Amino acid sequence: MQSIIHFGNIDYAIVAIYFVFVLGIGWALRRGMKGSSDFLTSANSIPGWVAGLAFLSANLGAQEVIGMAASGAKYGIMTSHFYWVGAIPAMVFLGVFMMPFYYGSKARSVPEYLKLRFDEKTRGFNAFSFAVMTIFSSGISMYAMAKLMGLLLGWQFGSSIAISAAIVLVYIFLGGLTSAIYNEVLQFFMIVFGFAPLVFLGLKDVGGWSGLKEKLVGVSTSQGFASGAWTEAWSHLGSPSQNPLGVEWFGMVMGLGFVLSFGYWCTDFLVVQRALAAKTMTAARRTPLIAAIPKMLFPFLVILPGMIAIALTYQATKGSTGGFSLPAKNGSYDYDLVIPYMLGHYFPTGMLGLGMTALMASFMSGMAGNVTAFNTVWTYDIYQSYIAKGKSDEHYLHVAKGATVVGILLSILAAYLADSFNNIMDVLQLVFAFVNAPLFATFLLGMFWKRTTGHGAFWGLFLGTAAAAIHHGVTIPIGAMSLVKGGWLGTVMHTYPSEMAQNFWTAIWAFCTCFVATSVISLATTSQKTDAQLRGLVWSLTPHEDKSEGDVPFWKRVAPFGALVILLTIVLNVIFW
Amino acid sequence: MNLDIRYPIGLLFLVVGAILAVYGMVSGPEIYAAHSLGLNINLWWGLIQIAFGAIMVALAKMGAKKG
Repeated sequence: MQSIIHFGNIDYAIVAIYFVFVLGIGWALRRGMKGSSDFLTSANSIPGWVAGLAFLSANLGAQEVIGMAASGAKYGIMTSHFYWVGAIPAMVFLGVFMMPFYYGSKARSVPEYLKLRFDEKTRGFNAFSFAVMTIFSSGISMYAMAKLMGLLLGWQFGSSIAISAAIVLVYIFLGGLTSAIYNEVLQFFMIVFGFAPLVFLGLKDVGGWSGLKEKLVGVSTSQGFASGAWTEAWSHLGSPSQNPLGVEWFGMVMGLGFVLSFGYWCTDFLVVQRALAAKTMTAARRTPLIAAIPKMLFPFLVILPGMIAIALTYQATKGSTGGFSLPAKNGSYDYDLVIPYMLGHYFPTGMLGLGMTALMASFMSGMAGNVTAFNTVWTYDIYQSYIAKGKSDEHYLHVAKGATVVGILLSILAAYLADSFNNIMDVLQLVFAFVNAPLFATFLLGMFWKRTTGHGAFWGLFLGTAAAAIHHGVTIPIGAMSLVKGGWLGTVMHTYPSEMAQNFWTAIWAFCTCFVATSVISLATTSQKTDAQLRGLVWSLTPHEDKSEGDVPFWKRVAPFGALVILLTIVLNVIFW
Repeated sequence: MNLDIRYPIGLLFLVVGAILAVYGMVSGPEIYAAHSLGLNINLWWGLIQIAFGAIMVALAKMGAKKG
């Protein structure tokens, strides 16, 4: 296969050195893995800043990096709403309001919290759907990496899969969650050091921010939008037809900013696990807040390259020479190749190795994050709960290590499945979206309304998931060609201006249905838990001293920190209004 | 845990930074002229990584002293 990026020996050397460090970290940690909690939960030993950067990195898989750059080209600065609206508020809420209950409950996983707060069936529902989801996510990450490496470097699909699986397996098997977390921190710095010069050179090339703005006017107007559509985040959200995203501000703020983002950041065990690994309650609460600071700046690292790429590509169509052009695909551009093409364009051999290593690092930590979440949920929430209770801790450590091997083997299977049946993956991702959409309603009611019962939570989740599926089944985005996009129930009751608008509204419907159903069913049933059992799990039943931070000075507390994060985010929004 | 993550981070960037900086020094503009707008990015970014790596290692050493 013809490769796009020309790798020299020095580039290979940098990739190899990085892998040596990754495996070395696992090797150095192997002696600390004495019990199942060392392996699966890091035995509450991680400093706050490490947990914070891991919290951020666990979500920063390569598909995210590539996807955000692609969106930057397709939609411009509005993509930053996925960070400023779709992440920061939820991260602050998790740290300030929810972490006291997650961490304070001593639950080892999110499903375990559900068991403590509600009942066995709610835990089971969450644990099983989550376990399946992590395997497929890890498989998709592996598949995407193998595809990209094939395209860019001409590597064989099978060998990319084998190498990445082997490396991830070795470092998790040796060092467990701690190893995954440490490597996520390493990956964070690789991404920053690999992409910052790319942004620097790209910006220099287009004449700085003002030059970029000027060049993007043509991109906006040539597609029929106002001149600032690519460089102003809020000004064009009045109606879906005014912006390339095809959404209006209400659907965006409610669907993305509230339901989807809180549902992901506050309930997904993959990220919450990083905070639970922190040393102390305060460190755990600060974890998402520490993560929020770099998170709010990441648009400049991952979205700007997309905006620069499309600006230069547009220039090239207008006859400017010697520049940069995205490859064409199906009458448009292949936006997913923004980052790889920019790396190839701006980086000489040497730096190229660093940039590609950053990309590989984030693919692998995307896999590792899922595998570590999977082995914990499998060992504690499925194996220890339903298959073999009351065994020795050594037994569970072996099970956890076995689950790591099996998890990676299943991921490989999923990667090959994705390679053979592309539609199966689309359908699965859709199903996961349905299951995830209502989750935040359950947690919100569970943590802040003591009357919420196990029956209410379980059936609310069930009905919320069903509502998401039904809403998706009776609506389509404009121009939908396949049933995966919607309308599979036969009748189309509403047509959305874009797929994104449809997703946001599916989430809103799921959340509202779950919220109402959980409330009504809770009122009609009685709780199986006594108030004493719910202490530390529900806001109103947790004594004030359990929630307070003792005599920590005001400026070191979590709430002012959270307020500062929100303030900074607002400032960024105003600057790019 | 018995490993301070700042050591491996610092060491990695020291090694990678040194490789890039040395490569930038010994290689001519034919390597980067066509790519990085005439800037010897290997050399400059290599030096910045060395500085970052050194800071990380120093922080780890200070942390170890404090106990």
